[in-house]
Amino acid sequence: MSTFFQTLIVGLRLGSIYALIALGYTMVYGIIRLINFAHGDFIMVGGYTMIFTIPLALRMGLPAWAAVLAGVVVCVLVGVGTELIAYRPVRKTGTAMTALITAIAMSLFLENLAQAIPAIGPNPKVSSQIFASGGINIGSVTMEYTTIITIVISAVVMVILYEFTQKTRLGRAMRCVSEDKAAATLMGINVNHTILLTFAIGSGLAAVAALMYMAQYPKVYTTMGSLLGLKAFVSAVLGGIGIIPGAVLGGVVIGLVESFTTSYISSSMADTFVFLILIIVLVIKPAGIMGKNVGEKV
Amino acid sequence: MAETERVPVLETRKLGISFGGLKAVNDFNIKIYQGELVGLIGPNGAGKTTVFNLLTGVYAPTEGTVLLNGVPLNGKKTHQFVAAGVARTFQNIRLFKQMSVIDNVRTAFTKDIRYNLFDATFRTKKFWQTEKAITEKAMELLAICHLEDKADVLASSLPYGQQRKLEIARALATDMKLLLLDEPAAGMNPTETAELLECINTIRDRFGIAILLIEHDMSLVMNVCERIQVIDYGQTIASGLPAEIAANPKVIAAYLGQ
Amino acid sequence: MKKNKTGFGYLLNTIVIILLFTAFQILTGVFGAEGPFKLVIVPCLWQCCYLIILAASLNLVLGFLGQLSLGHCGFMAIGAYTAALLSLACERAGVFQEKEGAVFILVLFGCILAAGILAALVGLLVGVPALRLKGDYLAIITLGFGMIIVNIINNLPFCGQDGLGQGSAAASLYKNGLGFGSKGKVAFLWVALLVTIVCIALMFMFIRSKYGRAIKAIRDDEIAASASGINTAYYKVFTFAYSAFFAGIAGALYACANATLSTSSFAFTNGGILNSTFVVVMVVLGGMGSITGSVVAAVIMFLVNYQIKNGSWVSALPASIQGVFEYPMLVYAIVLIVVILFRPKGIFGTYEFSLMNLGKDMKASLARKRAERAERKGAKSHG
Repeated sequence: MSTFFQTLIVGLRLGSIYALIALGYTMVYGIIRLINFAHGDFIMVGGYTMIFTIPLALRMGLPAWAAVLAGVVVCVLVGVGTELIAYRPVRKTGTAMTALITAIAMSLFLENLAQAIPAIGPNPKVSSQIFASGGINIGSVTMEYTTIITIVISAVVMVILYEFTQKTRLGRAMRCVSEDKAAATLMGINVNHTILLTFAIGSGLAAVAALMYMAQYPKVYTTMGSLLGLKAFVSAVLGGIGIIPGAVLGGVVIGLVESFTTSYISSSMADTFVFLILIIVLVIKPAGIMGKNVGEKV
Repeated sequence: MAETERVPVLETRKLGISFGGLKAVNDFNIKIYQGELVGLIGPNGAGKTTVFNLLTGVYAPTEGTVLLNGVPLNGKKTHQFVAAGVARTFQNIRLFKQMSVIDNVRTAFTKDIRYNLFDATFRTKKFWQTEKAITEKAMELLAICHLEDKADVLASSLPYGQQRKLEIARALATDMKLLLLDEPAAGMNPTETAELLECINTIRDRFGIAILLIEHDMSLVMNVCERIQVIDYGQTIASGLPAEIAANPKVIAAYLGQ
Repeated sequence: MKKNKTGFGYLLNTIVIILLFTAFQILTGVFGAEGPFKLVIVPCLWQCCYLIILAASLNLVLGFLGQLSLGHCGFMAIGAYTAALLSLACERAGVFQEKEGAVFILVLFGCILAAGILAALVGLLVGVPALRLKGDYLAIITLGFGMIIVNIINNLPFCGQDGLGQGSAAASLYKNGLGFGSKGKVAFLWVALLVTIVCIALMFMFIRSKYGRAIKAIRDDEIAASASGINTAYYKVFTFAYSAFFAGIAGALYACANATLSTSSFAFTNGGILNSTFVVVMVVLGGMGSITGSVVAAVIMFLVNYQIKNGSWVSALPASIQGVFEYPMLVYAIVLIVVILFRPKGIFGTYEFSLMNLGKDMKASLARKRAERAERKGAKSHG
């Protein structure tokens, strides 16, 4: 029984990390209908930024997690830069297919650029302890502080983001742009600024996700974002892409599937099950668990 | 009443569809016989195109049946509707833009081509004969629509009016019994419209098919259609001869928005 | 008249191919024994062969059918493992001992065909559910299938990560099965070339028939295609499986050219050349909808990859640039972004090379350039 609860907790923690990343995917997809394949690599960017800034933070007498501020700043810059340099020009001239291929290319570019930078290189780097170790024992089950913080932060971020898109002016502008860009322009919304804002928020979340990830697995490497990003994207699709609560639901489902497969079946089959769940959900409900089916207008 | 003994090419019985509670089309009944040209009119958003989508299997009706030559087509997919003999054009032109004009038409013969992958790979006699036959047929159809000299041009490079005609030529290639034309004259100038009407008349006389025409332009419909059915908010509000429709107070009210 | 002309075209193509092929055989006979031909050129040709088939086969789905599949290397993996395992089984059963003679050649072609067929079957299995989705969803679901295929192969006891690796029971493919050493690669180069030519020819025939027209129609407008009587689901799945068939064959050639197989070389996250994204790069670079383009782009990308890794000119460059070249994927990423931004149609667009029309095409291209130049001049004088 304790294995079950331990697995459940691991799954929730993993799911929270996926959910944080999935939020970034979902926001960008919601607004420009593009799978931002580079989003996973924003996590890597955030991770490396923190690797280099944690020692600085510690020297200044700040806690290690304060480095996330630097991570957020760098990630936002990279995210906004990606949109300006690659996505926006392609969106103007190309089709949905060319945009998607650009996104894949940006992902390859970021990953390999990182490897080519001498200070980073292809070998993994180990980060120092981020949150205090230890945890709360409930019976035979241990809840580590890291786990609690991860789950709580994910939940808080989701609620804030949801309220932001529903209640604030900027959030409403974002929803307008995602519904109909031409109409949004007519309503006096600056579409390009709104898209940039979305990229900024999504990329900033990637840095937070990177912090949570490093708190658990203190290792950073250049391709860390690809599989992590992929699974987070799977979460976003699973929950219904473009829907904020859907991303969180999907993240938790994927996290649980992964942790239960690992502990009850085989760790090497975890990815198979994750993708199997995705395939089953997409085939049965193509728009995801919480998504609505929208047919093409004839 | 000889007509009642003939089986209509198209018949719908209580056809209807709702989108999440909204009844887009309700209790739609129509009968079209061979050689007839019937107009379907109604104000913007009345549900005309939705009717077309129901008649071609793009949407599955939530109520009622579509019968083609007396055979019900419930649950069939679009390509099966086409195989049964329904062809259509689209309100917003949908051509195969990156293909040549003749390939646009030849594509519509696909369902009647009987050669298989083996024939295609080894270029058997059957392959050559079939390809030759459909190329000739396609050229004939292009000639009817006055497009024969544009056969090798890319479809997207045709001017607007000719794109509309190419859509009709492509529809004809499916060897249909019922042709559905969705606002074929939309965006055309008077000369182009006149040419199009001539083309439509040629088709009807030559192929002896039934045509259902959606059109916004009342005067055009009044001139060419033998019978007219008017819908508004998904409901049939009138049907009959053009003169009756023109005098019908309900139709006038619907069009003037009273 | 027209029929005669096409007939002549086929004859011309066949003659030219046979001539080239014979010339190549003679060249191999003369230079094949040693030196750079055996150690460098022939292995490179093997690699080019399977990359060409792989790129062209993805083009069927990506360029002609207009559906982005990110799991193409999964089918290649299936082909590679099928061919390798089958040949190993044949050898253990004593069907052949030495890598020569009619029996071995028969086994070799049998393995290649089996690889294609099994990949096509899996393609069918994947295509039926996957192709109900479109666009981004299709991309992600094919990616998922690709990962699952590789993951399953990894977990199969008889072919997993170690199964065909060095030091395991199966030992190396060079010693057993159909893997060729450098000598074998020279001796059986004709197999690779023949298979490639046949595959490309098959794809051309496919494109220039009702199948090609139907799938191009689906690419351009799926709703209009079904309204023209095309069973879109059937043609999509059929094309997907046919494309997987060729990917499987490419995998078989890969198994021939490599000492060992490892699933990680086919994985989506793999940073090497055999990555589903890399194949996408080749197709986009060559032109979506041009088999010619895929062939040329596969060779170009291979050469770029090879030169970056082994070219002597690289060491002459300043160290900072050399550093970039240590990460060829970075170069591909930049190439891909530049191509998409400045020439989204790729090198060839939808142009297909043909010996018959070579003269005509060149004239047309010259005329077009002249017209463009004149236009530019005109624009300048007006502006």
